[in-house]
Amino acid sequence: MEKQLLHINVNDEYHEIYVLPKRLLVEVLRDKLGLTGTKRGCNTGACCACTVLINGEPVKSCSVLALQADNAKVTTVEGLAHNGELSPLQRSFLDHGAYQCGFCTAGMLMSTTALLEEKPKPTKEQIKEAIHGNLCRCTGYNSIIRAVEGVSAGKYEKERG
Amino acid sequence: MKKFSVINTPVHNIDGIAKITGRAEYAFDIKLPNMLYGKILRSSYAHANILNIDTSRAESLPGVKAVVTGRDTLGKKQGIWRRYKELCDEEILAVRRVRYIGEPVAAVAAVDEDTAEEALDLIEVEYEPLPGVFEPLEAIKENAPQLHEHAERNINVTRHIEWGDVDDAFREADHIREDWFRCSSQHHACMETHNAIASFTPDRKLTVWTSTQSHYYIQVLLSGILDLRENDVRVISRYTGGGFGGKFELDSAQFCSSVLSMKLFRPVKITLTREEEFMATKRRTPMFYYLRTGVKKDGTFVAKEARVFTEGGAYTAMGATALYLTGFFQAFPYIWPNYRYDGYRVYTNTAPTSAMRGFGAPQATFCAETQIDLIATDLGIDPIVIRRKNAMVPGYEVPGQATIQSCGLDQCLDKIEDWIKSRGKLPPNRGIGVAAYGFMSGGIFNWFDTPYAFSSAVVQINIDGKVDLYIGSQDMGQGSNTTMAMICAEELGVKVDDIRIHMGDTENCPVDLGAWGSRETVMQGNAVKNAASDAKRQIIEFAAAKLSPNIVYDLDIKDQWVHLIARPERGLSYFDVIKEAIRAKNGQPLIARGHYTPHRKGMISPAYSFGVQAVEAEVDPDTGKITLKNCVTAHDCGQVINPIGVEGQLEGAMAMAAGYGFTEDLPMDEGKILNPNLVDYKILRSTEMPETKVIEVETYEPEGPFGAKEAGEGLTNPTAGALGNAVFHAAGISVKNLPITPEKVLDALREKNEQKEDNGE
Repeated sequence: MEKQLLHINVNDEYHEIYVLPKRLLVEVLRDKLGLTGTKRGCNTGACCACTVLINGEPVKSCSVLALQADNAKVTTVEGLAHNGELSPLQRSFLDHGAYQCGFCTAGMLMSTTALLEEKPKPTKEQIKEAIHGNLCRCTGYNSIIRAVEGVSAGKYEKERG
Repeated sequence: MKKFSVINTPVHNIDGIAKITGRAEYAFDIKLPNMLYGKILRSSYAHANILNIDTSRAESLPGVKAVVTGRDTLGKKQGIWRRYKELCDEEILAVRRVRYIGEPVAAVAAVDEDTAEEALDLIEVEYEPLPGVFEPLEAIKENAPQLHEHAERNINVTRHIEWGDVDDAFREADHIREDWFRCSSQHHACMETHNAIASFTPDRKLTVWTSTQSHYYIQVLLSGILDLRENDVRVISRYTGGGFGGKFELDSAQFCSSVLSMKLFRPVKITLTREEEFMATKRRTPMFYYLRTGVKKDGTFVAKEARVFTEGGAYTAMGATALYLTGFFQAFPYIWPNYRYDGYRVYTNTAPTSAMRGFGAPQATFCAETQIDLIATDLGIDPIVIRRKNAMVPGYEVPGQATIQSCGLDQCLDKIEDWIKSRGKLPPNRGIGVAAYGFMSGGIFNWFDTPYAFSSAVVQINIDGKVDLYIGSQDMGQGSNTTMAMICAEELGVKVDDIRIHMGDTENCPVDLGAWGSRETVMQGNAVKNAASDAKRQIIEFAAAKLSPNIVYDLDIKDQWVHLIARPERGLSYFDVIKEAIRAKNGQPLIARGHYTPHRKGMISPAYSFGVQAVEAEVDPDTGKITLKNCVTAHDCGQVINPIGVEGQLEGAMAMAAGYGFTEDLPMDEGKILNPNLVDYKILRSTEMPETKVIEVETYEPEGPFGAKEAGEGLTNPTAGALGNAVFHAAGISVKNLPITPEKVLDALREKNEQKEDNGE
C-alpha cells in the first residue's frame, strides 16, 4: 500500500506527513507527532478517551482516518494551554479535582471545551449530554460537571495576557 | 486557632498540572529507541492439554523477531499468596495445559503491532480438549473434571470464622430467615488497559515500565519467575490509569514482554486490547451465598450463619483473600453475639477471579443489607431503627478478630435518618433504600511473605527548604501522592508546595506493599508521618540550640515558622534554620526515615471506616428500568486529609458500586465472556449519575495518621444493597441475584402479581 501525504494543522502547527491510508488520526497524533496526551481506551469507538477537536468539533480520533483530516485544523489537549497559561476550563478542573487517574481527562477536556464554545452557559443536563460518550471509571462524573459549571458561572475569566 | 494548616484544606492534586495538560506519561505512552511490539496468542479452549506448538511459520514472517511459548520459560508457577506454595499455581504463559479461555500460550515480538498480530495467526497450536466445568456448584461434584492435581473436588481454599454458639442461639431467636443470593462478577475496566515495556540489557538487568498498583510486588514476582536477582529487576510506574484491584498481580503483558526481551535484548512493548482486558485479566469474585439469620422480635440480632461458594476461576490469584474478607465483613457493621461462616473457593474453567474494590465486602454487604430489610419488614420495624439497635460502637471487640476503635456509625445513621425524613412523601414507583457498611484500612496478614516493613518513607530536606519525600505507595488516581504530601507538610510545618514526591520506581523508592486493601492512608501515611516527625525533631534540635529557650519550653513548626509553642512570636524562619542545620551537619542535607507495620492489631486490620448510604431510585413497572435519583452517604473516615480527594473517591466509588448493583455483568457461555467490550459491558455514564451528597462524620482513629482512616474502597460496599432495598421499597420485590436488571425486575413483578392472584387479591 502506498503512503500518501497528509497536510494537517495540529495545535497551530502545520505538518506534512506520509501516512498509510489505513492509519487512524489517533495513531498519527500519538505515534507520528508524539502527542500522547490523547489516549485510547478501547478499540470499538465506545469510550471517547481519544476525543480531539477537528475544526472545532469534538470527534473520536480513533474513528477517523488520518487522511480524512487532510487540510483540517486539529486541537488536542496539548493545545489548550497557551504559553503556559492554562485555559479557564483547565483551571477549573484543577480547582474541582475533576480528574483522578487522568486517563479520560484529555477526552473530557476536549468535549467540554467544545461544549462551552457552543454554549457558554449550559444547563446541567446539557453538560451531562456533552460528556455522555466520555467514559470515566474514577470520578463518577460529578466533579467534572461542577468544573464546567464553575466556568459557565463566570468564575474563571481569562487571565489578561 | 485552626486545628490544621494543611490537613482538610482544599489543595490541588499534585499531579494535576501534568494530567490536565496531557504531559503525564503513562506506560501506555512510552516509546523507547529500538523497541519492538508484542502480541499474545491466547487459548480458545476453556480446558485443554497443549500437545504441540509450531511457531516456524510465524518466525519466518518478515518483521517478526521472536516467538516464545511456555517451553521457553523456566516453567515456574507463581502467585501472590507466596507463604503457601500450593496457592502459587499460575504459570501465566501456559506450558502443558490451559485452564481458561484467554490463557496465554505464545507471544510474538515484531517491528510493529500489525506484524505481531499477523504472526499470531501463523502459530499452530495442537490442543487436546478436555471437559470443562464452569460453575462452582458443578465443579465440586464427584465426577467433575479436575483442574489442578492437588485440589480434590476442585476445592482451592476453605475458610472458617466462628464465635459464640450459633446452633444454640437459633433456639433463642423469635424469628429466623433463610435467604440465597447470587453475586455476580464485575470488571475493573480501568481506562488504561494492562501494558508493559520490558527491557533486558546485556548487563543482565531487567527494567519494566508498566501500569500497576504495586511496583514492589511486580518486581518481586518477576524476579522469582525469571530467576533474576530481585534488585536486578527495576519496575517503574509513575502514572497509572486506574487499578481498582486489577493491577497488583503479575500479568501477561509484564511477563510475556519480559520473556521476549530476555531473548532479544531489546525493549518489547505489549499493550492489551480492551477485549483481552475483559477476557483475560483478573475480575471480581462471583459468589453463591446462603444466609440464615435469627433475631429477637424487637429486632435484636441473635445469630447468623453464612455459607459461601465462590467461583474461583482457573487459579488462586487473590481469591483466597476475597474468600476470607467476605466472611469477615458479612458480620459488619453490627454486633452479632453468635456467628459462623464457612467459605469454599472452587476452581472453575473460567478467567481467574480475584480482587476488585471492596474485595468480597460488596458481595457480603449486598446480601447482609438485603436480608436486614427483609427481616425489618417481617417484624414491622423501621430499617434505620433495626440497624441502630445492633450497630457496632467504639471499643467493640469482634471476638477473636478485631477491635473497633473509632466508629461513627451511629452519627452516620442520624444523618441518613434526617435526610430520609427531609424527602417526605415520595412520588409513585420510588423508594429509598439504606445500607450500612464497615471496611478495613489495610490488612495485617503477611501472605506475600515480605521481609520488609509494610510501608516506609524517607524525607530529605535540601538547602532551600524543599523536601524530597520518597514513598513506596502507588498513586493510581486515588490521590495518595497528594495525601502523603499533605501529611508530610502538616507534620513538618511546611506547605504542600515545599514537598517533592518521589514514587513509582523500585530503584529509588523505599518499599510499600502497594495500593490495594485500602492501606495507603493508614500505612504509608503513618510511615510518612514518622519520617516527617523525625525530620522535625532534627530541625527543632538546631532551632533550640539557636534560640536557647528555658528548658520548660518546647518547640513546634507551623506554617514554615519554628517557634516556642507557649510563645509563638519567638521563633525563626524554617528556611533559616534549615540552612544552619545543614551547615552544622558538614553540608549534608537533613535525612529522616519512617516505617510502619501493624503489630498485634487483630486478624484483619488496624482500623475500620464506617458509613451509611441511602439510594433513592425509581422503578418503571412497565419496563423494569431503574433510574437513580439521589444518593446520600454519611461516612466516617476518621480525620479527612484531602477533602476534594475524598469527595471524588466517594462519587467514583458510588458509580462503580451502582454499576455492580444494576448494570455491570460478565455473562459467560461455557467459559467464554459474551460482552468483552465497552459497548456491551455497561459502565455508568454521566447521564445516569444521580445527585450525590457526601456528609462527613468526623471521628478520631488512634491508629491512623492524624486520626485518618481509609475512604475510597469501603464506599463501594453499600450501593448494591441500598439500591436493592430502594427497589424493594419502590416495587415490593426483592431481587437477590446481581445485577438487578430490568428483566429480573419484570420477572419478580410478574411473580409477585401471580402470587397476589393466587392469594385471591
